[in-house]
Amino acid sequence: MTAETQVREPLTLKRVGRFVADNPLIPLVVLLLLLVGVLEFMRPGIVNERWIGNTIKFAIPLAMLAACQTMTMLTGGIDLSAAVAATISAFVMATQVPIVGVPLAICIGLLPAILMGLVNGFGVAVCRVHPLIMTLGTGLIATGCLQVYQRFVIASGSVVPDGLAWLGTGRTWGLPNSLLLFVPMAVLIIWAQRRTGFGRLLYALGSNETASRISGVRPWQVFLALYALSGLIAGVTGLLYVGLIKAPSLSLVNPLLLPSVAAAVIGGTSIFGGRGGYGGTILGALILTVLGTLLTLLQMPEGARRILFGLIILTVTTIYIRLTEQSR
Amino acid sequence: MTEHEPQTSLLDAQGVSKKFGAVVALRDASLTIQKGQIVALMGANGAGKSTFVKVLTGALRPDTGHVRIKGEERRVGSPAEARRSGLLPVYQEPSLIPDLSVADNLRLADTPVDDFRHWVAELGIEGLRLDDMIGALPLATLRILDLARALAAKPDVLLLDEMTAALPTDLVDKVLRTVRAQADKGQSVIYISHRFAEIAQICDRATVLRDGETVGDLPIAPGVEEQVVELMLGTVLDKAPTRDAATGHGGKGEAHVRVRHLAAGSKLEDVSLDLHRGEVLGVVALEGQGQDELFEALAGMIKPTAGQIAIDDVPVSFSHPADAIAAGLTYVPGDRADGLLMSRSVHENIALPQLARISKWGAIRMKAEADKVAAAIDRLQIDTRAMGEVQRLSGGNQQKVTIGRWIAAGVDTLLLFDPTRGIDVRTKRQIYLLVRELAAQGASVLYYTSELAEVPAACDRAVVIFNGKVVDVIEAADADEPTLMRAAYGLTRAEGEPA
Ligand SMILES: Nc1ncnc2c1ncn2[C@@H]1O[C@H](COP(=O)(O)OP(=O)(O)OP(=O)(O)O)[C@@H](O)[C@H]1O
Ligand SMILES: [Mg+2]
Repeated sequence: MTAETQVREPLTLKRVGRFVADNPLIPLVVLLLLLVGVLEFMRPGIVNERWIGNTIKFAIPLAMLAACQTMTMLTGGIDLSAAVAATISAFVMATQVPIVGVPLAICIGLLPAILMGLVNGFGVAVCRVHPLIMTLGTGLIATGCLQVYQRFVIASGSVVPDGLAWLGTGRTWGLPNSLLLFVPMAVLIIWAQRRTGFGRLLYALGSNETASRISGVRPWQVFLALYALSGLIAGVTGLLYVGLIKAPSLSLVNPLLLPSVAAAVIGGTSIFGGRGGYGGTILGALILTVLGTLLTLLQMPEGARRILFGLIILTVTTIYIRLTEQSR
Repeated sequence: MTEHEPQTSLLDAQGVSKKFGAVVALRDASLTIQKGQIVALMGANGAGKSTFVKVLTGALRPDTGHVRIKGEERRVGSPAEARRSGLLPVYQEPSLIPDLSVADNLRLADTPVDDFRHWVAELGIEGLRLDDMIGALPLATLRILDLARALAAKPDVLLLDEMTAALPTDLVDKVLRTVRAQADKGQSVIYISHRFAEIAQICDRATVLRDGETVGDLPIAPGVEEQVVELMLGTVLDKAPTRDAATGHGGKGEAHVRVRHLAAGSKLEDVSLDLHRGEVLGVVALEGQGQDELFEALAGMIKPTAGQIAIDDVPVSFSHPADAIAAGLTYVPGDRADGLLMSRSVHENIALPQLARISKWGAIRMKAEADKVAAAIDRLQIDTRAMGEVQRLSGGNQQKVTIGRWIAAGVDTLLLFDPTRGIDVRTKRQIYLLVRELAAQGASVLYYTSELAEVPAACDRAVVIFNGKVVDVIEAADADEPTLMRAAYGLTRAEGEPA
C-alpha cells in the first residue's frame, strides 16, 4: 500500500489550511459575517444601519482596550491593569471636571494611567517581574488607591463632559463619532507594528529576547515605552467609555478586561509573543460584540449564556489555531 | 540490484515526496541501506536531507512513497513507531527539553540510564551530572547527549543529521570512531554531514540528494569527492580559490582590538591577543577551552573577571551587547537558536540590528531596507522558498541568516563563532571569500572554527587556546591540520606571550 491513497482525502483541508495560514484575517471576516447572518436569521430585520452603528460603538472601546493586550502580547507579555487604568482615568477625569474644568481634568485623568504604565514597565523591564504578576499587582494597588481617592472627592460629584458624551454616543451620518478617534488610532497602530522600528522590536522581543539583545536591542527601553503606551491607550479608552456609559463608577471598564484579552487571542495574536497583529484584534472585538448580542437574543438564563459564550470562544480559538498552524 | 537479490535491505525507501505548502522539500527521494553499512546522505543546503530523515523516523508524514523495513512494507506513522522498528534519529537541532534535567529527559524516552552513561563516557564528555539542567549545557554537549541517548536505545538504524557540525575536533574524532565501531558490529548508520573528510573516513556509500530528488548513489572511494559535489550542485564547482597572499595584513602595524590577560567565566583564564585592521584572526581550540567565554566577553554578553580590552588603544568595558556594538564589535553566536527570531521572516531577521537603537524606533525606510536585505540574501545564496518564517528554513539557510544580518548592517569588527556550521561546500567558499573581502575593506575578524581545515582557507593567523590560555600563534599559511591539531592539544610552545 502506498501512502498515496491516504493523502487524497485531507488534501482539500490542507489547501484550506494553507490559504488560511497565508491570509489569517479571512476566516475571521467569514466568522463575523456568519454570526451576523445567524443573527439576521433569528430576528429578520434586526441587521440595519442603526444596529451596525450600535455594534461598532460598543466594539470600539473593547478594541481599544484590546490594543493594550495585543501590543504587550506581541512581546510575550500582557496588561491586566489596562481595565483598571481606564476606569481610573474616567473616574478621576469626571470628578475633576467640577473642580478644574474639562481640559485640565482630561490631562489629570490620563496621568494615573500613564503612571501605572510606567510602573508596569519598570517592573517588567528592570526588575524582570513577569508581566502577568506585575500588571495584576499594579491593577490591585490602583484599585485600592481609587477607593481612597473617592472619599476625598465624594462631595464634589462628577460630570461627564459634553464633548466626551458626543464622542462616545453621538452619530454623524449614521456612523458613531467614536470612529473619529478610533480610525486614526487603529491606522497608526497597524502602520507602526510593521513599519516602525518600535513595532518590529515588539515582535523581535516576543520571538527571541536573547537574539534581540545580541543585535543590540536594550529590552528595558522597549518594555518601559511599551507599558507606558499601553497605560496611555487604556486611559484614553476610559475617557471614551465614560462618554458612552455616562455614569462613572469604580468598576466602570473592568468587565471589558477579559474580553479584551479574548479579542486579541481570537484575532490571532499569540500569548507567547512574536506573532499576530492589531488587524485581527479589531475583528476579534467585533466578533465578540456580535456574539454578545446574539446570546442576549437567545432568551437564556445568565449562567447558561456565559457558559455558551465561553464554549464558543474556546471552539473558535482552537479551530483557528489549528487552521493557521503550518500543516505537517 | 536485481529482484532476486538474496539479501533484503534493512531499510529501503522509494519515491518519497513531501511538500510544505508551496515548498517542495522532497520530490522523489530514495535510499537503501544494508546491515552494517554507513551511508552518507549528501546534498546542498535545502536539498531535503533533514526532511527525509524526519519522514523516515515518523516525525513528518510523507505525501507519497514506500518504506520497507527488513523487506516489509511499513508506514512509519510516529516517532514511537519508528523506534519500535529500530530507527533512531539524532535531529539537526538539539532535541532534549531545555527546562528539564538530563535524568528527566532520559525518563521521558525510557532510555536505559546505565547504557546512556556508558555512551556519554565513551564519547568523551566528562563530569556530566544527571541532575544538570539541559538548558545550561553547551551546544556541543547537547549533541553528544542526543547521540548517547540514541545509542543507548540500541537501534538497528541510526540516523545522524549533522551530528558533528557543532563539535570541536576532539569530539568529532570520538564520534566518528564510535559510529564506525558500531557499524562494524552490525548497526547501520545514515550519516549527514557537509564535511567530506568525515564521509571519506567512515562511510561506505553516498546517496546524493538534489532539490529533493535522489540523483546518485555511489561507493566511497578515493577521488569520489568531486563526483559527489558535482551531483550535489548540478554543476562543477570551481577549484578552491587559492589564497591571495597580498590580502593578508598578517598582523602589521597597530592593533585595532587589543586584549590583555582577559579572564571570564570559569574557563577563560588568561588570553592576550592583538587583532589588526584588515586581519582575519583564527581561534583554534578543543571543546570548552574558554573560547565561548572569550567571544561572549568581547561581545558584551558576559563581564570579564580580569584583564583589559582596548579598541584603538582606548580601554573599553561592556555591560551590554549594545555597548560592544557601539564600539564596532558584532557577534555571530555559535548556537543559531540564540541569534534568530524563529517565528519572524528572513527580512525582519536581517534588518533587526539596524532598528535596535532608540533613534531608529521611528518610521522605517522600507525601500532602503529591502535593498540591503536583498543584497545580503543574494550574497549568501539564502534559499528563500520558505522565507516567511525562519524556522521553516533548512538548518544551513538559517545559519546564513545569522551572518547575513551583519553584512547588511556593515561591520567594523566581526566576531564569528563557528559561522559555517551546517553550511554546504559552495556557500562555505562564499563565506571565506566574504570574510576575506570584509578584511580587505578594513574590517577585523575574529574567527573561531571547529573545522580546522577552515583556518588556512579563511584566516591570516590563528591563536590556539588551551586550558583558557593562548598557547600558540600560527601563521595560517603554515597551518596544516596536523600542526593545528597538535597545537590544539597543547603540545607546543610556551604559554603567555601575546599573539
Ligand atoms: N516546516 C516547513 N515549512 C516550510 N518549508 C519547509 C519546512 N521544513 C523544511 N522546509 C523547506 O524544505 C526544504 C528542505 O529543507 P531541509 O531542512 O530538509 O534541508 P536540508 O537538506 O536538511 O538542508 P541543510 O543542509 O541546510 O540542513 C527547504 O527549502 C526548507 O525551506
Ligand atoms: Mg538539514
